[in-house]
Amino acid sequence: MNQETQLVAQVSTLTLRYGRTIALDALDLALPAGCMVGLIGPDGVGKSSLLSLLAGARKIQEGTVTVLGGEMSNKRHRNEVGPRIAYMPQGLGKNLYPTLSVEENLQFFGRLFGHGAKERRRRIDDLTRSTGLLPFLERPAGKLSGGMKQKLGLCCALIHDPDLLILDEPTTGVDPLARAQFWELIARIRGDRPQMSVIVATAYMDEAQRFDQLVAMDAGKILATGSPQELLTRTGSDSLETAFIELLPEEKKRGYKPVDIPPLELDDGEAAIEAQELTMRFGDFTAVDHVSFRIRRGEIFGFLGSNGCGKSTTMKMLTGLLAASEGRAWLFGQEVDPHDIATRRRVGYMSQAFSLYGELTVHQNLVLHARLFQIATQDIPARVAEMVERFSLGNVLNALPENLPLGIRQRLSLAVAMVHKPELLILDEPTSGVDPIARDAFWRLLIELSRHDRVTIFISTHFMNEAERCDRMSMMHAGKVLDSDTPAALVEKRGAATLEDAFIGYLLEAGADQESSTQETSPQEAVSPSDTPLIAKETHHGAPRHRRFSLQRLLSYMWRETLELRRDPVRATLALVGSLILMFVIGFGISLDVEDLNYAILDRDQSSLSHDYALNLSGSPYYFSERPPLEDYAELDRRMRSGELALAIEIPPGFGRDLVRGRHVEIGAWIDGAMPQRAETVQGYVQGIHQHWLQERARQSGAAMEAATVNIENRYRYNPDIQSLPAMVPAVIPLLLLMLPAMLTALSVVREKEMGSIINLYVTPVTRAEFLIGKQIPYIGLAMVNFLLMTGLAITLFGVPITGSFPTLALSALVFSIIATGMGLLASTITRSQIAAMFFAMIGTLIPAIQFSGLIDPVSSLEGTGRFIGNIYPASYMFTISRGVFSKSLGLGDLIGSFLPMLLAVPVIMGMAIVLLKKQES
Amino acid sequence: MRRIANIYRLGIKEFWSLWRDPIMLVLIVYVFTLDIYTTATAMPETLNNAPIAIVDEDDSPLSTRIVSAFYPPQFVHPEIITFQEMDPGLDAGNFTFALVIPANFQRDVLAGRTPDLQLNIDATRMSQAFAGNNYVQQIVMGEINEFVKGYRASTAPPVELALRARFNPNLEQSWFGSLMSIIDNVTMLSIILTGAALIREREHGTIEHLLVMPVTPTQIMLAKVWSMGVVVLLAVTLSLTFIVRGLLQVPIEGSVALFLAGAALHLFATTSMGIFLATLARSMPQFGMLMILFLLPLQMLSGSATPRESMPELVQNVMLLAPTTHFVELSQAILFRGAGIDVVWEQFLMLWVIGSVLFTISLTRFRKTISQMA
Repeated sequence: MNQETQLVAQVSTLTLRYGRTIALDALDLALPAGCMVGLIGPDGVGKSSLLSLLAGARKIQEGTVTVLGGEMSNKRHRNEVGPRIAYMPQGLGKNLYPTLSVEENLQFFGRLFGHGAKERRRRIDDLTRSTGLLPFLERPAGKLSGGMKQKLGLCCALIHDPDLLILDEPTTGVDPLARAQFWELIARIRGDRPQMSVIVATAYMDEAQRFDQLVAMDAGKILATGSPQELLTRTGSDSLETAFIELLPEEKKRGYKPVDIPPLELDDGEAAIEAQELTMRFGDFTAVDHVSFRIRRGEIFGFLGSNGCGKSTTMKMLTGLLAASEGRAWLFGQEVDPHDIATRRRVGYMSQAFSLYGELTVHQNLVLHARLFQIATQDIPARVAEMVERFSLGNVLNALPENLPLGIRQRLSLAVAMVHKPELLILDEPTSGVDPIARDAFWRLLIELSRHDRVTIFISTHFMNEAERCDRMSMMHAGKVLDSDTPAALVEKRGAATLEDAFIGYLLEAGADQESSTQETSPQEAVSPSDTPLIAKETHHGAPRHRRFSLQRLLSYMWRETLELRRDPVRATLALVGSLILMFVIGFGISLDVEDLNYAILDRDQSSLSHDYALNLSGSPYYFSERPPLEDYAELDRRMRSGELALAIEIPPGFGRDLVRGRHVEIGAWIDGAMPQRAETVQGYVQGIHQHWLQERARQSGAAMEAATVNIENRYRYNPDIQSLPAMVPAVIPLLLLMLPAMLTALSVVREKEMGSIINLYVTPVTRAEFLIGKQIPYIGLAMVNFLLMTGLAITLFGVPITGSFPTLALSALVFSIIATGMGLLASTITRSQIAAMFFAMIGTLIPAIQFSGLIDPVSSLEGTGRFIGNIYPASYMFTISRGVFSKSLGLGDLIGSFLPMLLAVPVIMGMAIVLLKKQES
Repeated sequence: MRRIANIYRLGIKEFWSLWRDPIMLVLIVYVFTLDIYTTATAMPETLNNAPIAIVDEDDSPLSTRIVSAFYPPQFVHPEIITFQEMDPGLDAGNFTFALVIPANFQRDVLAGRTPDLQLNIDATRMSQAFAGNNYVQQIVMGEINEFVKGYRASTAPPVELALRARFNPNLEQSWFGSLMSIIDNVTMLSIILTGAALIREREHGTIEHLLVMPVTPTQIMLAKVWSMGVVVLLAVTLSLTFIVRGLLQVPIEGSVALFLAGAALHLFATTSMGIFLATLARSMPQFGMLMILFLLPLQMLSGSATPRESMPELVQNVMLLAPTTHFVELSQAILFRGAGIDVVWEQFLMLWVIGSVLFTISLTRFRKTISQMA
């Protein structure tokens, strides 16, 4: 066997940049097949980037990546080996769908890889039985604990018998028991399928001990490779953590000192924090369950526990951010009160996520916080300078925190929390994601604050070695404190070798294994998990060969999207209720009828003839409503300015007399021109009424009619009463049928991008067309439901009947829904955030539809670009069809000329969306 | 004093946050420049290029004269069709008007027999149907009168109607369009900016940070209200000066200062509304969706697009509760009709009342939900 076959993957001169940042710097690496390789190093050194490149999820910029005997830059090879690679991205359950149940998630992945229903059932049962997830098949993935989420992620990854398993920090934030179980599981899988290669990234150095090969990385470069033993001997260290620090380049190590903790001297027994039976419930979920503890002044007190065990919630209750459901707590002997401003000045708080203003510079952040903490203005510069000095922020003063490395941001957060010299610091997982050197530096600062400035420190962590540095600590699990004491005492109590073992002991005692563990068995099903092989030993290359198009995969995405949509109340509501609300608003709101116009008369004649003229106006059928008469010009001016009058008629003095004598008389009509459209209509009305009066008078006086020699007969077609509703409703339906579905589909793809599940498009055999069309179909269905609802509303509430062929309308609505959802997909392919997708979808649908598609002015009245857009925009044709069917009693035959352009638009829009969607992260 | 200082500091911070948010900045600039310009110029004059077809069965000098009387910009050059082509053409929407001139039309006119002209109008196109009808009538009658005059002595009508449009003598759409789009954009932007400011804090986790500091929720909210209000007011002022008056040459009748005072009151109401919506939404996308459902009715039913008096009674009354209705009324009165405070004080008062109510409701809701945001 040559060397090639023994390598599962090989990269050479691999470079990756994100903008100006270099994530991977000319990397050369060969990874042996059939063993477990660990990438070690802190966050942000390029581990995840490397793994995503190996999985084919990210586009290669420079260099070559060879995986399973072929170049990953080659699309055909990627398609071929795709089904043989399983990739579990970083973050708990990142590629899972939180609203879908365990079963549904597994079914989805099974279908994507082309397994039949029976085969899926068998595999799902096998996998869940051996991982202990079987009893939780019905539970939504989002409601699983961190450890269970990771197990589910593993099941999803293993459903297609991969040859290469890529795991990106699978155990970060998982409690030690679940972590131990996870690694046991991996070991068993490897026992069953020894030919499978596993590549794992991890930030926990203690885990790395069990891997076959290690690759230590830092700043996009490889520090060293070798087995754990080799690395230890090479550096002469006794733990991988110190070995890693030893391996770092000289300039990073400079200034590094091991953390040294002077003994604690307590001056008095006063408590800085005291909590009694603190409880927090969210609905029927108890996040914190009767927690009590007492922290003495000057002490470093630690909370150790996994993600979601209630550490943060407890801290939030102490800071007054959350009001406890039960129990009480005291800070410095005073009961915690969310409205107590004075106590807040004695406390510094650093939350889990980095939460400073990214838009303010380091200096601005410090000054802002100093000011908000009401430090006297003259003291601020000195105080800020002191913080800058102490936390070594001098050279980043004017940088934006967003652009700083995590370690420095952490120091900044601490500086901000300390700027008002608090007596108590509450730190919620301040070091997660920070490299070991920065972490130790951070701890030295904490120890100095504690021992030198006598600041009480309450800190939470999920790192064992950090918990060991605390004076006293509490172990937490599922909202309960398991035990509190000094770390050494806790280890001793359990008779364990390490703090980790002690913690696992406490977890087992608390029954943590019952909820999620492998021992979950019902009497009938006393199959020990290790008896069931996790994966069929004979490797039939389970996954069928890559096919260009698979209906099953398409349907799989469709099915999943439908489930997700059904479980997202906000989107579903918007989709169904939104269109009805908007139709109501637009239908009743946009009225082009001009009626009930207010007018008043300034009658300066007061003769019988002038009264007759006035009467003629007020007697006109429905357009005008008369207001109290005007007295003089000043009043006319005032009332017109206020907007009360749309029309003012002035009858001059001597009107009656002059008229009888046959002299030329002139009646003045002032129209409010502020709204030009309305003014024009008013003009028309007034002229008509005036004309009518003249004719009436002529008839009465028996004079011959001279002017009117022609009778123009107006026939208002399709809408004889010229009402707004019958004109507007047929146009509003297409408008809403375009806007809302477009927005929903736009969101649906971008949501996956934001939540991370888009990774499944990158690394599973699903093609872009299957992905998009599969996601589109549920929304087309939804749009059609909307269409029926809106049509129903039109017929019933608005009383606008359909005079033409309903099947024609329904068919065109179907084609139009495909177009609308297609436009949404198009918008989503070019955007990254949901907000941008929404914005694009709105702009791209509303503006052309309202302005250029004949909603108000017909396309034939437009000029230039507007006309061009109107002619190619599908909404123009839908308006014609909708009006034709609603008002003009037309059928398919009459409207075929508008149908064809819409049909033509379907492949154009869908084709563009498919071409523009990327199958790899760039 | 401390409180005011805090509100001031937090407001300044909002400016910085906005300044470093390029998308919002682009949106503000776009909304107050290009958007206003395009709405103003793209709005066609009331009757623009209306498509008309004529069935000329007479083919006389008079009918030819009528045909040639229709020309751009009000009408397109008429299409001469046969009677049979008329219905399909109207059905397909090829033209809005179809005028039928019957055979022997000229003879009958000259003989004083009052023949019938038939004008078919596609009434599904409301806007053209209405105004166009008047135009067609006037043009046809004018042509016939002119024509007849050559044969007969005519008498001037005994009473003339002198029509004068006030405030916008030539009824130019761009005057209306530009100012109305400013008014609409004030509402839209103020809601977006304040809502986004709150959601941004929430998404970045900074709200939690504020809450552990000696700052009260009222201060946090007031800071957002004043700072985003100032941004919108500034943008409006610039836009009125440079885009509306400068570029579009639209005269403003009344006092800009008075209008800005009204806008400030309105902003008090809408920024509060922005906060309120942001407390309902859990993320930016949800906020966006909610906004569409709120903003569209607020704008469409406020009277800025179509006259209020044409809406159903119920809608009119409900909309009296919306700040936009009063803001649109006072803006139209001040900007178009040059009204002073003596005329619009009622709207000012209403805005103040609505603003206070909205502010109180939002503040209550903000206080209640803020702890869940952290």
